[in-house]
Amino acid sequence: MATNYNKIIKDGIWDSNPALVALLGLCPLLAVTNTAINGLGLGLATLAVLIGSNVTISLIRNIVRQEVRLPIFVLVIASFVTAVELSMNAYLYDLYKILGIFIPLIVTNCAIIGRAEAFASKNNPFDSLIDALAMGIGFALVLVVLGGARELIGSGTLFSQAHLMFGEGARGLTMSLGPDYKGLLLAILPPGAFIGLGIMLAAKNWFDQHSKKREIVAIAKEKSLAEGIL
Amino acid sequence: MSKKIIAAALLLGFFAVIGTGLVAFTYEMTKDQIAENERLALLRSLQALVPADTVNNDMPNDTIIVDDKEKLGTHTTTIYRGRKDGDPIAAVFTSIAPDGYSGQIKLLVAVRADGTLGGVRVITHKETPGLGDKIEVEKDDWIFAFDNRSLGDPTVDKWAVKKDGGIFDQFTGATITPRAIVNSVKRTLIYASEHKEAIYDLDIEKAVDKKTGGKS
Repeated sequence: MATNYNKIIKDGIWDSNPALVALLGLCPLLAVTNTAINGLGLGLATLAVLIGSNVTISLIRNIVRQEVRLPIFVLVIASFVTAVELSMNAYLYDLYKILGIFIPLIVTNCAIIGRAEAFASKNNPFDSLIDALAMGIGFALVLVVLGGARELIGSGTLFSQAHLMFGEGARGLTMSLGPDYKGLLLAILPPGAFIGLGIMLAAKNWFDQHSKKREIVAIAKEKSLAEGIL
Repeated sequence: MSKKIIAAALLLGFFAVIGTGLVAFTYEMTKDQIAENERLALLRSLQALVPADTVNNDMPNDTIIVDDKEKLGTHTTTIYRGRKDGDPIAAVFTSIAPDGYSGQIKLLVAVRADGTLGGVRVITHKETPGLGDKIEVEKDDWIFAFDNRSLGDPTVDKWAVKKDGGIFDQFTGATITPRAIVNSVKRTLIYASEHKEAIYDLDIEKAVDKKTGGKS
């Protein structure tokens, strides 16, 4: 069976984006996105877990019996999450302290077991890897965009604390609207997360509808043109 | 039927072993690094309050645990002791202000041997972002207001936020958070002045040892 990689990638990042379409993993998504770097940190951790679990589950898909399928998926995911958590604690200590409880909570992110069940358990390891990359990047993008928007509106900075993730050299990445910008507190507080995500959902749906309409109009035009010629 | 169940159970058990193996392996690989990170983070925060060149003992490991929930906020308050050549320099208390706006505020309070404050830092808190979180050293200079203060400066009745008749600033829209911290620091200072000998283990025996050692 030939695989359509374009479709897998487009599904993960746009058409079935875990955060924007499937609305999975909202608890960590809403909680940590008060800065772009926090979002990126959780996004990358989720991506790492997703890659590990998707590939592993795809490799064992033929020996796992139907009736113990879900417990085994949970076991695999939980093991990877713990491994990622320990590694972050060891190598990204400051970021680990900020993200705190939300790293272990990746276990409960339905997006991961969802991909295990819906994709990895039915496809070969390479396809599953591509799917994990696409879905993980799609999820991380939403986290970074939402985190960036809330950070910019709420505290007037962007990529603050970048050094926690990329080392001291990244301090220059931090941008600021200037000391006069006092920040809109609402954006950083929990309601800001809901409002921000709502706006993103609306924007995506609006964009999808418009491109669909344009397609229909284009098809109709072609048709009428063709009919006119006839 | 029962064969099927046993096969499924064995399979599950097998994956449990593999998964635990992965976790155990990662733990072994990272545990030294994690312990080192925690030690360095603690050392960094201690040195921010007690400059490294003023002490020469192993501060993170020179600790005692004291029990005074009334003044220090918990039954197990760790005190890190800084000394130079055995003489007490400063004690860093892990005090807790129990009455923050959203629960406990964990502090590091450095009290020098002469009773003045080396400084105060907030370790963890859940105060409102944008209002109460000006207590963080990254966000505001407020916490430096404690530097070099002591129980006599200002006098005890002035150890409060301005709203309560004291000298310490509160924040616009957030009085409870600074009040909790000011009061906690004040109580810590009182504790330190009452238990000075005990904090540094300056019992009589050692003091005598030191004296005779100096004479001979």
